[in-house]
Amino acid sequence: MCSLCGILGCDDHWTNAIARPGVYTRNHDMPARRAEAARRMKAANDILSYRRVKLDVWQGRSYVVTSPTGASSVFEALSHLWPEAEALAGRDFDPLDDALISWMEARGDA
Amino acid sequence: MTPVVLLTGFLGSGKTTLLQRLLQDPSMAGAAVLINEFGEVGLDHHLLDRIDDNVVLLKSGCICCTVRGEVADALSNLDSLRARGEIAFDRVVIETTGLADPYPVLQTLTAHPVLRSHFTNGGVLTTVDAVNARLQVEHRAEAVRQIAAADRIVLTKTDLAEPGEDQALRDRLARINPAARIMTTQEPVETILGGFGPAAFAAALVTQEAHSCGPACDHEGHDHPHHHHHAHSHHNAAHHDEALGVTSFSLVIEGEIDWTMFGTWLTLLLHKHGDRIFRVKGILALKGEDKPIAIHGVQHLVHAPTHMTHWPDGPRQSRIVFILEGLSPEQIRRSFAAFTGLSGVRAAA
Repeated sequence: MCSLCGILGCDDHWTNAIARPGVYTRNHDMPARRAEAARRMKAANDILSYRRVKLDVWQGRSYVVTSPTGASSVFEALSHLWPEAEALAGRDFDPLDDALISWMEARGDA
Repeated sequence: MTPVVLLTGFLGSGKTTLLQRLLQDPSMAGAAVLINEFGEVGLDHHLLDRIDDNVVLLKSGCICCTVRGEVADALSNLDSLRARGEIAFDRVVIETTGLADPYPVLQTLTAHPVLRSHFTNGGVLTTVDAVNARLQVEHRAEAVRQIAAADRIVLTKTDLAEPGEDQALRDRLARINPAARIMTTQEPVETILGGFGPAAFAAALVTQEAHSCGPACDHEGHDHPHHHHHAHSHHNAAHHDEALGVTSFSLVIEGEIDWTMFGTWLTLLLHKHGDRIFRVKGILALKGEDKPIAIHGVQHLVHAPTHMTHWPDGPRQSRIVFILEGLSPEQIRRSFAAFTGLSGVRAAA
């Protein structure tokens, strides 16, 4: 269920696997799904660390973001990651912001 | 999965007249049709239903769940009748109101927990009135969004347009939405409605390469008659329509893209700027994949990416078309390169 509006069955982000002919997916089986989930977690945490926020899995089914002061927020679908992370950090994550771009460039060069 | 074709276009742009013509074609015998109001043009079709006018927009701030309730109800009703064997149909055509932004309807098909298992986006057809288009697009934001969301743009009333107006309008529409095919109502029905799949999509992107202005183009020498009101400029890497404030450009990417990082970046970009990004459409070379992947988004919504069977003719390189307002192509290019760690990324018109 979507934790923000209460609609059932919202966890269907476009990057997720959808079992339908012609639709792109890497997630044919459980190990592949777990590997992709881990990659996604790492990609998100690379960006979130810009504001010292951390993403983790919550009880195997949901997600939790944690701030450096220990505040946390649990949510059910990755599509809600950025609003939740911004609310927790109290600042936004703008991919067109010069400072964030420079920070990502520096990480890539390291 | 039943395809849903969205027929949109500004008030008086000839949507119903086009629909009337489409419904006379034998290939449309199995179509169910949803319209917003019964207008002056009479429609005679056995599966015709009316969508109520009330719009239900959940105000939770959760974009993934923004659903047009009346469209969802009408489609659910059709699906129930079909499941009970009372009707049969193989596609649905929805004619929107002239003032509608197509995005919420497309979002309904993707986000609705039941509908998304039964219906799929069958393409967006946008009618554009060849006589009044300039006034409409310059004064109504909805008209620009309808054009930007289009897979096919159908020019209407071309017989009433002044000589030269038709080509000027085609050029302008191609700059607003370089990935859409532009045609007139005189085209055969199968041309207007057929081939919305990945193959047509790839062809559109390749065609776009052909009719785009290259970096060396000074534009003044072009054989495009421009009205002074819609003079546009492009600074080597983008087309910008100054009257509309709309910019279109492509990211051309050398090297293979990491899908996970790309998905994270695009999700974040659309989260922050989706209201100003009317359209994202692309063909991607991904790490670990031989065949290209097509992506397709309208504002905050991205459809499920599709596998294409082969690369279109031309270089095997990723290309993502953006149609947007008020954002810098160079900043998007820089952001994409920084987030994906790819160095060979350029912005092209």
